[in-house]
Amino acid sequence: MQRSSRRDFLKAMASAALVPLPAFAQGGGGRVIVVGGGFAGATCARAIKKLDQRLSVTLVEATQTFTACPFSNNVIAGLRDLKEQQFGYDKLAADGVELVFMVASGIDPQGRSVTLTNGARMPYDRLVLAPGVDMRWDALPGYNAAASERIPHAWKAGAQTLLLRRQLEAMDDGGLVIISAPPNPFRCPPGPYERASLIAHYLKTKKPKSKLIVLDAKDAFSKQRLFQNAWKELYPDLLEWISLSAGGKVTAVEPDSNTLVTDFGRHKAAVANVIPPQKAGRIAELAGVTDRTGWCPVDPMTFESKQQPNVHIIGDAAIMGGMPKSAFSANAQAKVCAAAITAILRGQVPEEPRLINTCYSLVAPGYGISIAGVYRPKDGQLADVEGAGGVSVLDAPRATRALEADFANGWFNTITAEVFG
Amino acid sequence: MIRLITAAVLALIGYSAYTAEAPPGAASCSGCHPAGKSIATPVPRLNTSDAAQIATAMQDFRSGRRPATVMDRIAKGFTDEEIRAISAWYAAQKD
Repeated sequence: MQRSSRRDFLKAMASAALVPLPAFAQGGGGRVIVVGGGFAGATCARAIKKLDQRLSVTLVEATQTFTACPFSNNVIAGLRDLKEQQFGYDKLAADGVELVFMVASGIDPQGRSVTLTNGARMPYDRLVLAPGVDMRWDALPGYNAAASERIPHAWKAGAQTLLLRRQLEAMDDGGLVIISAPPNPFRCPPGPYERASLIAHYLKTKKPKSKLIVLDAKDAFSKQRLFQNAWKELYPDLLEWISLSAGGKVTAVEPDSNTLVTDFGRHKAAVANVIPPQKAGRIAELAGVTDRTGWCPVDPMTFESKQQPNVHIIGDAAIMGGMPKSAFSANAQAKVCAAAITAILRGQVPEEPRLINTCYSLVAPGYGISIAGVYRPKDGQLADVEGAGGVSVLDAPRATRALEADFANGWFNTITAEVFG
Repeated sequence: MIRLITAAVLALIGYSAYTAEAPPGAASCSGCHPAGKSIATPVPRLNTSDAAQIATAMQDFRSGRRPATVMDRIAKGFTDEEIRAISAWYAAQKD
């Protein structure tokens, strides 16, 4: 069949309103823009291009080098080099993804365009927002961007990661390290506890007279019994967790004196790490896709915004029901979103998805634990498939923990190869 | 006109078969299971097994017949039909 006759026929069908015309067949259709090049955005851009070469896919990302958060706690603890966390976008370009290294400064959902900081306006048929998280600088009195230069959050990997590592290295043996853990929801639910574990490992091996306190705004956390059992075994006199109901919630920060304030007392640290409350990255707010919680409600079939048409949100910024804000989740959501968008642009109905999350934490080198879940759309949200998922066996032998540590390493190598390799 | 419609319909069908879509759940697997042999991981590749091998492994993980660290927890989230579709799709993927 000649291309022209097919095009004529599609035009004729469309004018007769017989079928919805796929966007790619319209004059300028088939343009997808992805904003944010982390595990969610980079996966999605590449997956869309692989699913359909004919679609134009542009990735808008502020930096040319991505620094991964998973395993960055190992960097803090001196077990890994930051370079091992860093990846470029060359392979995405080789797959045909157009790269724009610039900040997206505005979205017009009605006019379907993205504005860049240089004023350029880029039209799209479908937009994917994968901005990750921003810190809520208004949530914790005394803790803002300037304070984070003194008391790092290290919740975005890079300079902050190295700042916390240097502070630990410079600390005298016998110092008090304090981590403030935020209320739910936040990026990487087991992350503060993996960090506490690996910092405790650093102190135990390098500065054994030191102490570590976790001040928590929660009474429960991910993989809690596994972590606490391991702490009892590995760091019994070194690591103390103070829950919300035991007075652990930090209500103010005094950066000049490295002091964290709770309703019950003041804690002066040699090294403090404040992981503040978070929200969806700023561009999501500018696009009008965040709700009062600061996060983005989405349709669980396609991850299209419940507030703006033609805009999909994936990864940490989105409200994904039972699915946690992890790199594995972001990558899995991105592939489902890519399939949904290619289907929609062809005028097809996306299939109901199933998603998996698997998330490893290290409590010491060679000691890994995990949580997993399987998810499906239910009542407008992603819900756990009942009977599936859960955490590692509580009384597993050390050989199992070693195996899970190996799987954790393997996971990082595999996922970063899929996204950037 | 009939010929034109037939051809257009065929073109549309052909288009939908342009990529064999991954069945529900399959896209998540490649977070851990590598696509190529150059990746350093103890986790096996799925695209080098045949469909029956993958399906049997999943069913054995689900029933507890095969020891696991995490695959038992994941396999419990899938029906026989879903497992068959995922297994067939991975077995059909080539390097």
